[in-house]
Amino acid sequence: MVMVEASTQAAGAADPSESEIESVLDSIDYSPESNLIGALQEIQAKFGYLPRSALEKISQRTKIPLSRIYGVVTFYAQFYTEPRGRHTILCCRGTACHVKGAPRVIDTVRQELGIDEGESTPDLLFYLETIACLGTCFLAPVMMIDNEYFGNLTPRKVESILRRYRAQST
Amino acid sequence: MKHIESLQALEEFRTQLAARSSDQIVIRVCSTGCRALGALDVCEALENEIEKRALESRAQVVRAGCHGLCAAAVAVVIDPQGIFYQGVSASDATEIVERTVLRGEILDRLCWTIGEHTIPLQRDIPFYKHQQRLILRNCGIVDPTSFEDAIVHGAYAAAAKAIAASLPEDVIHEVLDSGLRGRGGAGFPTGRKWQFARAAQGEPKYIICNADEGDPGAFMDRALLEGDPHLVIEGMIVGAYAIGASKGFIYVRAEYPIAVEHTRLAIEQAREAGLLGENILGTNFSFDIEMRMGAGAFVCGEETALIASVEGKRGMPRSRPPFPANSGIYGKPTNINNVETWANIPRIIKQGAAEYAKVGTDGSKGTKIFALAGKVRNTGLVEVPMGATLRQIVFDIGGGIPEDREFKAVQMGGPSGGCVPDEYLDLPIDYDSVKKAGAIMGSGGLIVMDNTTCMVDIARFFTDFVQSESCGKCVPCRIGTKRMLDILTRLCQGEGQPGDVERLERLGETVLVASLCGLGQTAPNPVLSTIRYFRDEYDAHVNEKRCPAGSCQPLIRYRIVPEKCIGCGVCLKACAVNAISGEKKQPHSIDPDICIRCGACHEKCRSEAIVVE
Repeated sequence: MVMVEASTQAAGAADPSESEIESVLDSIDYSPESNLIGALQEIQAKFGYLPRSALEKISQRTKIPLSRIYGVVTFYAQFYTEPRGRHTILCCRGTACHVKGAPRVIDTVRQELGIDEGESTPDLLFYLETIACLGTCFLAPVMMIDNEYFGNLTPRKVESILRRYRAQST
Repeated sequence: MKHIESLQALEEFRTQLAARSSDQIVIRVCSTGCRALGALDVCEALENEIEKRALESRAQVVRAGCHGLCAAAVAVVIDPQGIFYQGVSASDATEIVERTVLRGEILDRLCWTIGEHTIPLQRDIPFYKHQQRLILRNCGIVDPTSFEDAIVHGAYAAAAKAIAASLPEDVIHEVLDSGLRGRGGAGFPTGRKWQFARAAQGEPKYIICNADEGDPGAFMDRALLEGDPHLVIEGMIVGAYAIGASKGFIYVRAEYPIAVEHTRLAIEQAREAGLLGENILGTNFSFDIEMRMGAGAFVCGEETALIASVEGKRGMPRSRPPFPANSGIYGKPTNINNVETWANIPRIIKQGAAEYAKVGTDGSKGTKIFALAGKVRNTGLVEVPMGATLRQIVFDIGGGIPEDREFKAVQMGGPSGGCVPDEYLDLPIDYDSVKKAGAIMGSGGLIVMDNTTCMVDIARFFTDFVQSESCGKCVPCRIGTKRMLDILTRLCQGEGQPGDVERLERLGETVLVASLCGLGQTAPNPVLSTIRYFRDEYDAHVNEKRCPAGSCQPLIRYRIVPEKCIGCGVCLKACAVNAISGEKKQPHSIDPDICIRCGACHEKCRSEAIVVE
């Protein structure tokens, strides 16, 4: 299991305040004994990552030891403990994508953004991750930006997609 | 929404809805898989055109699930005629509405073609003609977000029949007699599994729908949940009734946002209609379903790991026994089936076991959905009877290999499966025959490989996958796969040592027998099966430092054939490291010492003058 560490550039972002965290925790409906993962998913959806203080507060509320919560957080690839870029780019390196040229697609994203897997761009606009399979093999090679799919990719298509996202955000 | 109180009320509701349906023209746009290529824009454009011409009473757009022929994305089917359009974009909307909807004309340019042939109707396209779409029957037809549409197309009739008119034991017997085997991979008889869970002591009992479809190359479960979620829920209701479970979970990957959205909505709709919750259809049977999203761990597809994850723990497998049937979620009896297995249940109940078992082979009944991808023309979702051959799937349905390259192998069953070479093209596929060929049915991922795919690289690819997904609990899997990966990596880099292949075999055997769970026990399969069938490629990597498929970068060399080069200079511009030189209109050449073997020149050359050696 790979737990991707966030880039150092992102470390400067301010942590959410105590009251913000409290209000998010109040809004979450979860049964302490089982839906820990769902609760973590909701917290991450709100803050973009899992702030340590939020994990401590969940532990206090649910009486689940912080060590156990940390164990869960670090087990699953989708949880992260540091802030990261606003748009998450998930490049598929599944079998179908692999045989249809995913390595070159991923290289293009890396070059275009100047970051490696598991890193955010300095402006915190993009975060790059690769995934074992997006289950979108019929459109291989594929990447996903947030919840949107992009298929039948070529290096050139990747460039234009990334530039479009850049343009939209400025 | 209406709360349905009885079996009779459900059928009355269905009749009512059916009476409302008219002779409207229905434009069914795949709005799930095809979304990546702009399907939602197509829907909007079509709706605008219909509104502009005030045709709402005559034509309607349905945001349907996957039509299956993903190579045709964005795929649109126009009923009642059954016209199939491929590669549709928003700019085609005006013409589709003006000519096809209003005047019944067929737009040749959007039709499926084979050579010079234009095939306007879906049922005539070879991709569909050779399939038997029983489980995917409504996928691409119904609007997966509409409860009423699902009801019109027969949803919940089987569940109602089971709950209101059969004993749980009879339902189990029906499933046993049908011969249905688990579609998740191992092929265990579903009815037997249900019997164990029913007989187990302990309350409450749970059922789980395993939608943690993590195999690279598989997208059957995704398509079912996205395109026909009520079918899966219906199967679960039947199962819960038979086993005596009061609570169900659908554990779905978070990487499938559309599946999550549609399934969540379908559960709410079923609950509002009284098909989930207390006293379903006025009986004393109560059952409800909760969604759980995976958080990115392949091993959670293994049932004991999945149970740990549902309990909110690290998704680590444990040794069995006790089996989940006796000790699953919170130590209570739990039955886990895969999405496709659940989706088979309504058909068994509706038609009866005998009718269901007419399809398939002696040992494997019914149909199987395969996700066809890789080096094949018609990528997509394919449903064929058990016993169909690879040749039928890859060539008749899949249309063969693009650019008429040579077929080499199919990879079946993902990281737990193996590569099946061309000598098995005519083997009737079922659970047992595939196993004999050294692969497994798995969940149904089928990746076609041609002569440019390196089998050592594929083995390395899967080993890399299982190595990073190994949870680390048991040593053979954690360290064994790592050592195997080390060897495979050095083979691909041209640093193979004599005895490496034997070392791989020995390690593989050990990991196979000594690992704790299914992940490790099957992890060496891709390596062992490629050694078994493509030993010569391994030997070429070890002894000659050569990659026969021309795929492993450190082992290949790009060369320009002077006779073919027209000196256009395209490759020269494409090269990022200035390894190519040559005068205009004179043959160019590549300096192998500078070349980084990225392949950019090869891709750009229009005269096929650049060869891989």
